[in-house]
Amino acid sequence: MTREQVWEYAPAPESRDVARLKPAYRMFVDGEFVDGTGEPLKTVNPATEEVLAEVGTASPADVDRAVRAARRAHDRMWGRMPGAERAKYLFRIARLVQERARELAVLETLDNGKPIRESRDVDVPLVAAHFFHHAGWADKLAYAGYGPDPRPLGVAGQVIPWNFPLLMAAWKIAPALACGNTVVLKPAETTPLSALVLAEICQQADLPPGVVNIVPGAGDVGAELVNHPGVNKVAFTGSTEVGKLIQRAVAGTGKKLTLELGGKAANVVFDDAPLDQAVEGIVNGIFFNQGHVCCAGSRLLVQESVADELLETLRRRVSTLRVGDPLDKNTDVGAINSAEQLARIRELAESGDAEGARRWTSPCPLPDKGFFFAPTVFSEVQQSMRIAREEIFGPVLAVLTFRTPDEAVAKANNTPYGLSAGIWTEKGSRILWMAQRLRAGVVWANTFNRFDPSAPFGGYRESGFGREGGRAGLEAYLDV
Amino acid sequence: MSEQRVAVAKTYKLYVGGAFSRSESGRSYPVTGARGEFLAHAAQASRKDARDAVSAARKAFPGWSGATAYNRGQVLYRVAELMEGRRDQFLAEVSAAEGTNGRRVQSLVDAAIDRWVWYAGWTDKIATVLGSANPVAGPYFCFSVPEPTGVVAILAPQSSSLLGLVSVLAPVLAAGNTAVVVASQDRPLPAVTLAEVLATSDVPGGVVNLLTGRTAELSPWLASHADVNAIDLTGAPAPLRTELERTAAGTVKRVLRAPASEPDWTRTPDITRLRAFVETKTVWHPMGA
Amino acid sequence: MAALSTGTAAGERETPAPRPSPLPPDLADATRDESTLRRFLHGLPGVDAVGLEQRAAALATRSIKKAAKLWAIDTAIGMVDLTTLEGADTPGKVRALAAKARRPDPARPEVPSVAAVCVYPDLVDTAVAELRGTGIGVASVATAFPSGRSGLRVKVADTELAVEAGASEVDMVIDRGAFLSGRYGRVFDEIVTIRRACRGAHLKVILETGELATYDNVRRASWLALLAGADFVKTSTGKVSPAATLPVTHVMLQAVRDWYDRTGTPRGVKPAGGIRTTKDAIRYLVAVHEVAGPRWLSPKLFRFGASSLLNDLLMQRRTQLSGHYSGPDYVAVD
Repeated sequence: MTREQVWEYAPAPESRDVARLKPAYRMFVDGEFVDGTGEPLKTVNPATEEVLAEVGTASPADVDRAVRAARRAHDRMWGRMPGAERAKYLFRIARLVQERARELAVLETLDNGKPIRESRDVDVPLVAAHFFHHAGWADKLAYAGYGPDPRPLGVAGQVIPWNFPLLMAAWKIAPALACGNTVVLKPAETTPLSALVLAEICQQADLPPGVVNIVPGAGDVGAELVNHPGVNKVAFTGSTEVGKLIQRAVAGTGKKLTLELGGKAANVVFDDAPLDQAVEGIVNGIFFNQGHVCCAGSRLLVQESVADELLETLRRRVSTLRVGDPLDKNTDVGAINSAEQLARIRELAESGDAEGARRWTSPCPLPDKGFFFAPTVFSEVQQSMRIAREEIFGPVLAVLTFRTPDEAVAKANNTPYGLSAGIWTEKGSRILWMAQRLRAGVVWANTFNRFDPSAPFGGYRESGFGREGGRAGLEAYLDV
Repeated sequence: MSEQRVAVAKTYKLYVGGAFSRSESGRSYPVTGARGEFLAHAAQASRKDARDAVSAARKAFPGWSGATAYNRGQVLYRVAELMEGRRDQFLAEVSAAEGTNGRRVQSLVDAAIDRWVWYAGWTDKIATVLGSANPVAGPYFCFSVPEPTGVVAILAPQSSSLLGLVSVLAPVLAAGNTAVVVASQDRPLPAVTLAEVLATSDVPGGVVNLLTGRTAELSPWLASHADVNAIDLTGAPAPLRTELERTAAGTVKRVLRAPASEPDWTRTPDITRLRAFVETKTVWHPMGA
Repeated sequence: MAALSTGTAAGERETPAPRPSPLPPDLADATRDESTLRRFLHGLPGVDAVGLEQRAAALATRSIKKAAKLWAIDTAIGMVDLTTLEGADTPGKVRALAAKARRPDPARPEVPSVAAVCVYPDLVDTAVAELRGTGIGVASVATAFPSGRSGLRVKVADTELAVEAGASEVDMVIDRGAFLSGRYGRVFDEIVTIRRACRGAHLKVILETGELATYDNVRRASWLALLAGADFVKTSTGKVSPAATLPVTHVMLQAVRDWYDRTGTPRGVKPAGGIRTTKDAIRYLVAVHEVAGPRWLSPKLFRFGASSLLNDLLMQRRTQLSGHYSGPDYVAVD
């Protein structure tokens, strides 16, 4: 027994049947699943490039119907319902999500490409937690600090991205409903399925018709929704580019707007950091969800005195990341969500080569089919390079160095974005000093990519405005 | 029979970076009182003056936002103290500008002074009221604090030359922001006198930068300026509001929209204006031995 | 190497054991005197407890199935230090354990034998007699196990007793009192002294991590033991709770990995106490595989200090091969 052989983990795939995938999905309006009159879309499993299902999309008339249904539901019932009653619906939804957790996790992984480990252990539990947390707010809004009787806004038009399809739906729907608004939500074009199963859960919870409406489709449906005069509130999570268009579109309408946009977060590692945990935090920061995370720690700023040591440990650790079948319980990094996104990641990575950064790629094997990109670390990156400035939204880390805390702050803040930042040091006073100076809405110290419904999340500067989660997050859905 | 002494007339200037200057453009415009009488010339700021004002505000931001809340509170209270000393001057100027007299103008000036006191008291309470300890489901200490948004461009109310101005400026400062203010276009003189108060108070130079001139000319430059973080459209001319809001989207500025009509500034404010110009920062740290 | 702190009679009598390889200068300097040793140990990167536990928990979700599981079970069996450390131990008990060690599953001769049998010093001769020629090691605990509360002379004598009786491996305990009160030199000297007394026997140094309390201490104690010449660092005596945990084992695996990077010499890790199920054992192997690296998936560099674990491994092995669940009466109870 002194052999030294490679221990290959046998495939441990989660069963696809659990997802109860249907050949066709329909939009959800006024409490019913109905045929949309838009051009149906085919949603693809990015890990295999196979079509998963056909999904009906909304035409402008359908969006109008959904907004009207939401308006009726708000004016006649939901907006006037006692908070304690609204709360019970949200609690029901939270419980139903927990009951159908495994199904939702597998479905999410199929449609999005994220590893089942993450959809199972992160996305779906947070979805349930979000409904549970906000359920409790519904009859306690008077204590939230917005006056004795804060009123809902009315109909919320919500547009969400493909990186956390179900979680983003929960982030949008739960606070909106808790505050007494009704919603029309457009899931992302490439990941519409889990939101439609959430609609089914709303049905099972007996949520009154029209309180939640789901209108699948591409950007044109989103634009239709955002521009609809019957919408009182617009909430968008997605790219800064589209966020600006929406802010322009909403100008002059009086619609309340919150935006959660892109980021280029600095993860700052000092020489006195707990290095093994820092490496884990760096890995989690950029390779969690294939780097499809607006708050990803995509810029590693490491103090020069430990840069070599840290990079070596980091590369070794990244080499152990298992890239492949997202349904395999042992997969750490899944599939890139779409061919377009893969092309964008490749293009930006090539710019890194062209601009003189040093590319290191994990030697992990990649599947033959599907959209995959091996974990990549660029070192010798300069602030001026595109890979240090633009959001890559993929498993690509740019490593820069610094010498002093002031330099770290200056480099970290040298971006129009301001969503998140990381600090790694064992020195408490330096953590607080840094946390105060970093212009970012979320600062993780000695940890990264933590989320909780009680913790407000959102950006500074071009990463958007408004918060999601906690007491601060309620403001987005109240007329205050 | 005594000879009438000839009063020394004041030159009304811009206030940028802690210094009073004429517009770099050399322009000025006549300001008339409520009954149409000539009062003075005011400097007519240009886009370059606006640019300089933004630079000055940005430069002053680290110091002002980094000052302790207690210190900011005392500094803002000091503004009230100094205004009190110039009460007669403000009465005269507001009266001339707004055409109000007697008890009415007194109540406006008194309310403006008291508003500084009200907001001065807020500086060290904003974080308590708007911040939170977040009971996250894990071994973390997680807290959220409101931080100033940054450089705020303020289009001051057009009607209420002093009380309206103080009501929009004080909350911006109390929250720790620095400001570029475009004063009421037709009633700019009390604003310039307020700037003189600020200059002699303990408010550091650059924290407040006051421009007089054409709101319609200056506001697009402020709305599009990439180093402005937020814009208050309260005094924006109605036809321009939508376009200014669109322009502000270019750098995802926070926009405080104009109310349909100018509010009654004499009413006790709430914290809406404090909330409008802060960013919530959430900080996580693990708890482990 | 000269002893750091007050030398003892026993320590001074010993001749220095040959070092396996010269240390790089920074490590050699670390043990020059008490203050350099302290500086070195306190200069090691800190351990963030929450992050460490999170990583350990995440790795513990690995799903090991089919051939990978069977390989893991056989590998784990071969890593077991089959242990009995009871006051009630007798030669009879040790003989039964030795029989189990040689042939864990009599019905299935292809099952590998365990790595070693681990006993108290006075039972070493019995174990040696039973295991002669099998290649199975005989490990003895020593140095006033489990508390380590005695004089160095007694500890040396304890070790010599075991080694002279033929123990091929010595599992010593460190003086946790000295460690916790910051007398690192004393702990270092004791290990060096015992290492000499081992006369070539394989030395495992038990840190008793349950008493060290913090992961920072575990990291420092691991490096201290490695600097003093430990072949293995071992978590626990099994007499203190908590015994082995995954996060503690992570810290120790990081230490041997980093030691290897800096010296080129591989050293081993032995979690002991509380590892009872195949599921547990596989989680440890995953940690070994992904934290230290595949090289450590060998009994030369990784052991389980356990007793009841073996039977669970055997039952799970049968389940894997037969396709149905086994029961406790189908494996030998010792």
